[in-house]
Amino acid sequence: MKTVATSRIVGNPLIPYLFLIPACVVLATFVLYPALKAIYLSFTNFNMIRQAEFVGFANYLNVWRDPFFWAALKNTLLYMVVVVPVLVIAPIFLAALVNKHIPGITFIRAAIYLPVITSLVISGLIWKWVYEEQGILNYVLLASGLTTDPVAFLTDPANALFSVMAVTIWSGMGYYMVIYLAGLQSIPRHLYEVAEVEGVSAWQQMIHITIPLLRPSIVVVTVMSSIAAMKVFEEVYVMTQGGPMDSTKTLVYYLYESAFSEFEMGYASAIGVVLFLLTLVFSLINLRFLREKT
Amino acid sequence: MKKPNLQSVLPLLLRYLAILIVLLFTVGPFLWLLSTSLKSADENIFAYPPVLIPQSPTLDNFFRVIDSQPFFTYLSNSALVAALAVALNLLLASLAAYPLARIPFKGRSVLFIVLLSSMMIPFQLLMIPVYELAISLGLQNTYLGLVLPHACTAFGIFFMRQAFLSVPVAIEEAAIMDGVSRLRIWWFVMLPLVKPSLATLAVFSFIAVWGDFLWPLIIIDQPALFTLPLGVNRLASTFSLDWRLVAAGAVFSIVPILLFFTFTQRFFIEGAMKGAVKG
Repeated sequence: MKTVATSRIVGNPLIPYLFLIPACVVLATFVLYPALKAIYLSFTNFNMIRQAEFVGFANYLNVWRDPFFWAALKNTLLYMVVVVPVLVIAPIFLAALVNKHIPGITFIRAAIYLPVITSLVISGLIWKWVYEEQGILNYVLLASGLTTDPVAFLTDPANALFSVMAVTIWSGMGYYMVIYLAGLQSIPRHLYEVAEVEGVSAWQQMIHITIPLLRPSIVVVTVMSSIAAMKVFEEVYVMTQGGPMDSTKTLVYYLYESAFSEFEMGYASAIGVVLFLLTLVFSLINLRFLREKT
Repeated sequence: MKKPNLQSVLPLLLRYLAILIVLLFTVGPFLWLLSTSLKSADENIFAYPPVLIPQSPTLDNFFRVIDSQPFFTYLSNSALVAALAVALNLLLASLAAYPLARIPFKGRSVLFIVLLSSMMIPFQLLMIPVYELAISLGLQNTYLGLVLPHACTAFGIFFMRQAFLSVPVAIEEAAIMDGVSRLRIWWFVMLPLVKPSLATLAVFSFIAVWGDFLWPLIIIDQPALFTLPLGVNRLASTFSLDWRLVAAGAVFSIVPILLFFTFTQRFFIEGAMKGAVKG
């Protein structure tokens, strides 16, 4: 059997390439070539109008000296430090909560997933409305006595970044919950049964059975949510435009601004390369994890 | 039959209570949006305390949105772009994935690594050269310009490769012995066997393209070619911001994807599970 299959393949050595050509052409055009071009542009002063001139490491030096870049990097890192732990931990509890066949569970899971399918622009606008000075959230906070004055969620530089983070968390939670739900299916039921017999509390079961055995899913969610947090853009674009006082200017937003408002494409490309290197670090962790598994 | 006592019901009640709090967070904002979109121009949307059920619900805001902007055009643009991108994605990914899964060829491992690393490149890095390229190819303000950068993803190729790997080799070998061509095997033998994976890839790429904002924002500036996210963004950035209209536009753009989700829900769950296995 095997020899028959192989002999036919040897007879038509071009066939696999024919299958691959369409996808490779598209990926080469829209991913590979642009990636190399971006690296090239980062060493030029390209601005869409004049011919690109080679400027060596000038853009990178400017990035290094640019206080706005450091502020944006700081905002992005702060974003990750807050958003990633929440997106890694909260969905575990969510998954445990809905991992039981109780009446209405399909609807409940779908309702938790709803923000995931909503485009980020819409999510950002919904929350901008919720965050209004005289909006519903401020009403809830005032009525419950949690605050005495309305909170300036998006207009106070001290609050804005955290308010935007909440939207990223809201949009991502359902997705990671489903990943954990998948992970939970692979934990043998009898472990819980034994724990039940031994009188181990639900909380202890969570700490000593569920979380350790979910480790592979936790690693995946950590990497995915880190990369997502690093690329945050839409929420910032519709809610704050990077303000107030640059307090929500993230790396990608700054990149977008440099490229498409300032038209400093060379400089923006240098920011893009830095962003790529940061992403690479997290992707390599991802790859290492994949190799461990297979 | 055991009579339900407090001790057996309490954990369930607590569970529902916790779920209710979670739903308040996840669905609450949608309800508030819907409520705002249904409030008439006479009703104060900043009333204190806020009113959840509109005093006299009206579809006025929706009509005003449709009158002021071609939202049905946005809708058909979004649908067309997403459908084209999904079709291309399925075709290109399943074509490329087949030899990667089943036919040994020179350079397979190199290609594999190149594909894998292309997954790590953030679109934000590519954005400027792709924009420049699209301009020089005359793709600005065209459907093709919106679709092409979404036409193929390395993720899709890996996803389909995984699916092909799970098809028993024996089925294929029988066809090869009968002298059936690889293309016919791919189409008549392999594709029907990976239909569930094709469906999952389809819903995932549909959602991704449907919700995309950054690329359309850059490549489209004519409202006739706007997709829904651009349209709603335009509503929100007009000079006289009226939250009733923004809410109506947002609801308008959520309803189609909500219907889509209702009918394809199981694929989302499956897809996220498969995606999780592969990272």
